[in-house]
Amino acid sequence: MKRWVKRVLRVLLPLAVWLGVWQCLAGWVGLELLLPGPGRVLERLAALCPTPLFWRAALATLGRVFLGGALGALGGALVAALSARWEPVDWVMTPMMKVVRATPVASFILLIWLWCQAGWVPAVIAALMSAPVVWGATAQAIGDTDPQLLEMARAYRFSRWKTARLVYLPSVLPAVLAGCRTALGLAWKAGVAAEVLCRPRRALGTQVYNAKLSMETADLFAWTAVVVCLSFAVERALWWAWRALDRRGRRWGHGDP
Amino acid sequence: MEIRDLTVRYGEKVVFDHRDFSIPDRGLTLLSGPSGVGKTTLLKALFERCPAAAFLFQEDRLLPWRTVAQHLTDVMPKSRRGEVPDILALVELTGEEDAYPHQLSGGMARRLALARCLALGGERYLLDEPFAGVDLPRQRRILEGLRALGKPVLLTGHGGELEAWVDQVLTLEPEG
Repeated sequence: MKRWVKRVLRVLLPLAVWLGVWQCLAGWVGLELLLPGPGRVLERLAALCPTPLFWRAALATLGRVFLGGALGALGGALVAALSARWEPVDWVMTPMMKVVRATPVASFILLIWLWCQAGWVPAVIAALMSAPVVWGATAQAIGDTDPQLLEMARAYRFSRWKTARLVYLPSVLPAVLAGCRTALGLAWKAGVAAEVLCRPRRALGTQVYNAKLSMETADLFAWTAVVVCLSFAVERALWWAWRALDRRGRRWGHGDP
Repeated sequence: MEIRDLTVRYGEKVVFDHRDFSIPDRGLTLLSGPSGVGKTTLLKALFERCPAAAFLFQEDRLLPWRTVAQHLTDVMPKSRRGEVPDILALVELTGEEDAYPHQLSGGMARRLALARCLALGGERYLLDEPFAGVDLPRQRRILEGLRALGKPVLLTGHGGELEAWVDQVLTLEPEG
């Protein structure tokens, strides 16, 4: 089988199978209120797409989750770097990160909602979800940095800044970026969940909630499909970034970063 | 250079027990002796006592993400960067400036590690197995280049040829 045929089939075959299963289930249920078919959802999606509401909601959600997720990731990486440099920072921050990681997201959403406007809650939640993941990945990668290279850096009188730039940064970057991918996936789900609960004015989560409230199940599916598609798009963008770094890593002789 | 009363233990194993060493302060000195006798340990002990020396590790310890030329400039002040071509010529890596370590053979990587040590500069050079994987004629040419630097060099290595090419040989005997 030709390579391009295989690539197309790898996308189309699962799509066809699962859409078929969905259609069969919808036909078997026979009630659009409970389970609309894929055709009806596609129809609603096509109707929603050209509306300003759709784009405003999609862009606002994307902006919130991406901003929050990116700030959380940056914060997590920074805390990991500071923890590696100063042990007391590690003593203080490790339990904090572990508590954040273990706390149910719903509790966080409700708590943050007490303190912030509804529009900020998804961003804060996205930050809280991504920070511990990137912190864990960065801390692990810093700990795994080749001790022989660090000994070489000391013997060859590298400054701290040079050691960070030439030894630590290239060693940890691939692992950190892989952590960012996982973190953004989590941030996306949690951010939309926060929107559903807090219902900011412009948000995909709010539209999901409104669709459920007005019993427009096809709209509920359509908005959810938008969330899933945007999640895939963001995931894909990060994957490209990761692959670019991976290629560089191979050029560096890293193998799998 | 003198080291008095050197004691080094790795757990139960005693490598040196109150030993004295006198290292010549000129020319090329080969530190020889059977494996495990403490050649690397002595080099490291010397490096600890003489931080102005440049030390070549037994492993290459190259940075996979830096080119050959960058490995040298990373350890040199800007004012000395003009010496890069001379150092690369000494270790016979001219023309490989833009190569990454994984593009080099084992012997070339070893010579790059040596070049980086030379680029660092210092009062003396302490070289642990500088010629692993380097062919004999090249070893000899590089040794002549090292001699021309005019700084004391203490190196470890194997082979009768090396003993014949250096200025003096310091043989380590096993403890006890």
